[in-house]
Amino acid sequence: MKRWKLFLPLAFFLTFCVLLYIGLFMEDKSELPSMLLDKPLPEFSLKKLKNPSETVTEEDLKGKVLMLNVWGSWCPACKVEHPYLMKLSREGINIVGVNYKDEREGALQWLDRLEDPYLFNIVDEDGRLGLDLGVYGAPETFLVDKKGVIRYKHIGIIDARVWKEDLKPRYDALQKELVQ
Amino acid sequence: MTLDFFFMRSTFMRSTFMRSKLLKSASVALSVWKRMAVVAAMVAAMVLVSLVANAGVIENYQFESPEQQEQFFRLNEELRCPQCQNQSIADSNAPIAQDLRREVHRMIVEEQADDDTVIQFMLDRYGDFVLYKPRMDARTLALWFGPLILLLLGLLILFRILKQHRPDTKDQELDQQDKAELDKILGGKDK
Repeated sequence: MKRWKLFLPLAFFLTFCVLLYIGLFMEDKSELPSMLLDKPLPEFSLKKLKNPSETVTEEDLKGKVLMLNVWGSWCPACKVEHPYLMKLSREGINIVGVNYKDEREGALQWLDRLEDPYLFNIVDEDGRLGLDLGVYGAPETFLVDKKGVIRYKHIGIIDARVWKEDLKPRYDALQKELVQ
Repeated sequence: MTLDFFFMRSTFMRSTFMRSKLLKSASVALSVWKRMAVVAAMVAAMVLVSLVANAGVIENYQFESPEQQEQFFRLNEELRCPQCQNQSIADSNAPIAQDLRREVHRMIVEEQADDDTVIQFMLDRYGDFVLYKPRMDARTLALWFGPLILLLLGLLILFRILKQHRPDTKDQELDQQDKAELDKILGGKDK
């Protein structure tokens, strides 16, 4: 037997170790790839938070680039990203809220107390829209293009780094896209 | 027909079973009675623990047939909770798992959906991740056949090593001269 062959098992073992290491530590397991990328928003018909007599459907979200931000007053991380959403909304970024599995009172109080960065809020009380969006926690934020197609999904808090590195370039690119 | 069911039941029975199997192997030196008492006490403790641990996952779902109930159970065990990652939606008490169970139930009872429809519904929203048993496609080929290939490779290597180590009979056969010499030493006694 040639000598180098003796090292084959070791080579196999090391390859395995590297693969397992990647699987265990390198991948961010809290983020699942979204199945809804490049798919149109799911159909829905839900009430607005501040104006419950008005109904919103997916058609109402077409026509401009927007960020669809899934939040709830029960969600501590949403409170963390809230100031940054306020900053973005002052800069004229379109943010539509999905009030996910929340109580109406709590949500209204939240917006009252902390200010309201949203153009309007969609009330998803039983989480059915969230389910159709593949949401499994909050906050999650979708970038939706002018045709109402989901183009990007961010899981977790939006802060300056996330905005500058991930969201802003895409948001700006979508703004430049023309609707045929 | 209406069937009520408690989630607790399935998880509780399974965990008790598995843990009691472990116990059996652990207590060898004790006398039969002592052993049984210890096992009983520990099983009771496990029951208590599993009752407490699973106390949240008690939901009352109603079904139109035992088949539907069975389907519900089975699908819940097959689907993985997107939030908690190492639990099926049957085991998890995360809000998203509750929602998914409710949705599975709704699809089964209201839409009479078959397994594939429910699984496709989940796949469309949460991706391959929700399946404990991945589908077979180009990306998962290595996952499905990798172990088999490794096993075959191992067998091949083992086979070759064994073949190399087999005693070489040719070397050991005595030629005429050796035989004559041996006969001389032994003095022809072995004839």
